[in-house]
Amino acid sequence: MKNLILIAMITFLGFSAQAQTKKNKNLKYTTEVNGNCEQCKKRIEKAAYGVPGVKTASWDVSSHQLAVILNEEKSSPKDLNLAIAKAGHDTKEVKATDADYENLHSCCKYEREK
Amino acid sequence: MQKNIMLFVVFLLSVSVFSQEDLEEVKITKKQKGIKKSYTLTSNTSLITSKELLKAACCNLAESFETNPSIDVNFSDALTGTKQIKMLGLTSPYLMITEENIPSVRGASQAYGLSFTPGTWIESVQITKGAGSVINGYESISGQINTELLKPLSDIPFFLNAYGSTDSRFELNTHFNKKLSDKWATSLFVHGNARVAKNDMNNDGFLDNPLGKQINVLNRYQYYDPESGLVSFINFRYMNDKKQTGEVDFDKDRDRGTTNHWGSEINTERFDVSTKIGYVFKDMPYQSIGFQNAFNTHRQDSYFGLNLYDIKQNSFYSNLIFNSIINNTMHKFTTGLNFSYDQYQEFVNANDYSRIDNSVGAFFEYTYDNTDNFSIILGGRVDNHNRLGFFATPRLHVRYNPWKNGVIRFSAGRGKRSANIFAENQQLFASSRTFSILDNSGKIYGLNPEIAWNYGISFSQKFKIFNKNAEAGFDIYRTDFQNQAVVDLMQSPQDVLFYNLKGSSFANSLQVEFNYELIHNLNLRTAYKYYDIQTDYLRGTFQRPLQAKHRFLGNLEYETNVSDNKQWKFDYTFNWSGKQQLPYTASNPAEDQFPDFSPSYVVMNAQVTRVFSPVFEVYVGGENIGNYKQQKAILGANDPFGPNFDASVAYAPIFGQMYYAGLRFKIK
Repeated sequence: MKNLILIAMITFLGFSAQAQTKKNKNLKYTTEVNGNCEQCKKRIEKAAYGVPGVKTASWDVSSHQLAVILNEEKSSPKDLNLAIAKAGHDTKEVKATDADYENLHSCCKYEREK
Repeated sequence: MQKNIMLFVVFLLSVSVFSQEDLEEVKITKKQKGIKKSYTLTSNTSLITSKELLKAACCNLAESFETNPSIDVNFSDALTGTKQIKMLGLTSPYLMITEENIPSVRGASQAYGLSFTPGTWIESVQITKGAGSVINGYESISGQINTELLKPLSDIPFFLNAYGSTDSRFELNTHFNKKLSDKWATSLFVHGNARVAKNDMNNDGFLDNPLGKQINVLNRYQYYDPESGLVSFINFRYMNDKKQTGEVDFDKDRDRGTTNHWGSEINTERFDVSTKIGYVFKDMPYQSIGFQNAFNTHRQDSYFGLNLYDIKQNSFYSNLIFNSIINNTMHKFTTGLNFSYDQYQEFVNANDYSRIDNSVGAFFEYTYDNTDNFSIILGGRVDNHNRLGFFATPRLHVRYNPWKNGVIRFSAGRGKRSANIFAENQQLFASSRTFSILDNSGKIYGLNPEIAWNYGISFSQKFKIFNKNAEAGFDIYRTDFQNQAVVDLMQSPQDVLFYNLKGSSFANSLQVEFNYELIHNLNLRTAYKYYDIQTDYLRGTFQRPLQAKHRFLGNLEYETNVSDNKQWKFDYTFNWSGKQQLPYTASNPAEDQFPDFSPSYVVMNAQVTRVFSPVFEVYVGGENIGNYKQQKAILGANDPFGPNFDASVAYAPIFGQMYYAGLRFKIK
């Protein structure tokens, strides 16, 4: 009996583990992106929308949180972070290159965390 | 974050169910303003909040536009006192009027429908100029007015409003609200109004305002479950309205159907049921589905002297809407199906015009928004209607922000409708005019459907003068009729002719607006409007009767800062109306003639509100405080059953100055 339960549990657990590795078509992903103004917001969101599979993107000026819904079959969160950094904005995961940062409009030059 | 997602879900949900309500949701953090003009919406839409509605004396939707530049409030006739509205110079039949996005004022309710929604029930009104969205239908030509009622889940437990005025009108509004659970709430609104005393300020022997009684009850339920994404509304409504007008000495029990005295009664009874259900897909806040159903029965029994007019309309309306995205939320679409069924029993004197109308349609609307400075909405629908045939309705809206705080908009669209010529022109029954329909080959009273194209462009800019907020803008619209059910009052004062347009008919309008915060808390709103509305009648080309070519509106509002929960609010509105073309009466004897054009005149309204606490406030005000009165309101008033009688020509207030007072009591 005990074994049966164990087997059932393992099977169940296995299922759920498998479910998690399966790519989510509507992954809710939130990350911190540095920036400071409405113009940054437009740039960040534009960069996010440029990533294949990003369905919605919204960056909050005050909290610096970027919330997206992402189709993982097309891109990974890593791709998203790279794209944002490419636009000149540091994310929690990926820092922008100095050159990309310098390309920002003067009012968008947020204080970088070293 | 959780909260943001929630907000987003709520936002999308409201988009799906109400489809045009986004403005309100977006701007929620801003200081409450009376009229909000969006700089990010694609269509030229302004939002009237409940704050603005409080500026009007009272009392119902028809009367709530007096301070709004986009809408002109006219006086329908010397008898019923019902205020008619116009947008871009066209009367309300050319507007799509919806209540929570369900078509409300249409068909039989066209003449008085706006006065059947009490002002206190209204949460907000959205006014879109020009071609509307295809989602609600094909009928809108010059604009769209959508009313949102108070929502049970956010309503206060108890509200009381009492009102009385010197024209002997009294109103009582009571709202009750109860949260049944954390997901269900219900509101009960009870409205009653009455005008009990006879007034004849211009001594023509006729009442200036109808005697009236109305009882109006709405019970609504709201369900909202943020976890499952399910939202629903269920509404039940009953309305009974009785009006009596005509000669002061008219006694309805004694004189009805006789020529002792001229009198009229208009009795309306209406019952509405509507339901709405919306679902937001799990993990996909951008995708939702909504289903609306509305049933109503509307019955009007009326007579105007010896003219009898009865109409009963049973209607069913159903709308299924699906919202989603293509790749991402920069590309959104809305698609769905409509169905409508209208059964009319209509009797004009001895003639039976009963009929059944039905239509089924499909729509698709695509929205591109670059999330920055440009958006476009491309909409289309196809409908199959038993009288209008099979037809397509395209609509286009474009928005571009060329620079900061500036917005340019363009819209174009086609509208098609069947004119309910009697219901829409029933004030003409209050005359000795003979009704004649000159065409007989069409499917709607012998007439063809009305078809019009509307184009418009607008620009607005916000800026600072001496560090104070200012806003300036203009819009230009043109409506071109391909066909129109022409209502001809230019042929003879004894006739009204209805026929298909032969030649051209158009409405051009220009509005220039300037708003400025003069000093802190003192706001000025001004608008100049120019209308050129011409129709080819049998006797020649004329401006549409009872339409001023030039109008000017000024509004001043001042509020003290709230201190100790107390506040003063002041409001003053100035309305100048230029000369108006009047119906042709030159063939009448001299004493029963109107001039070709009316004089210009000014109407001023003012109001003071004292807020004693969040619970209690009192307001007093005056309408038409300059006491302007139309000199001759009724032609042939001495002989109301004679050939020259006409009570349908109202170009100015009949009743002079009017003062009112009221109170509001709220339990939060």
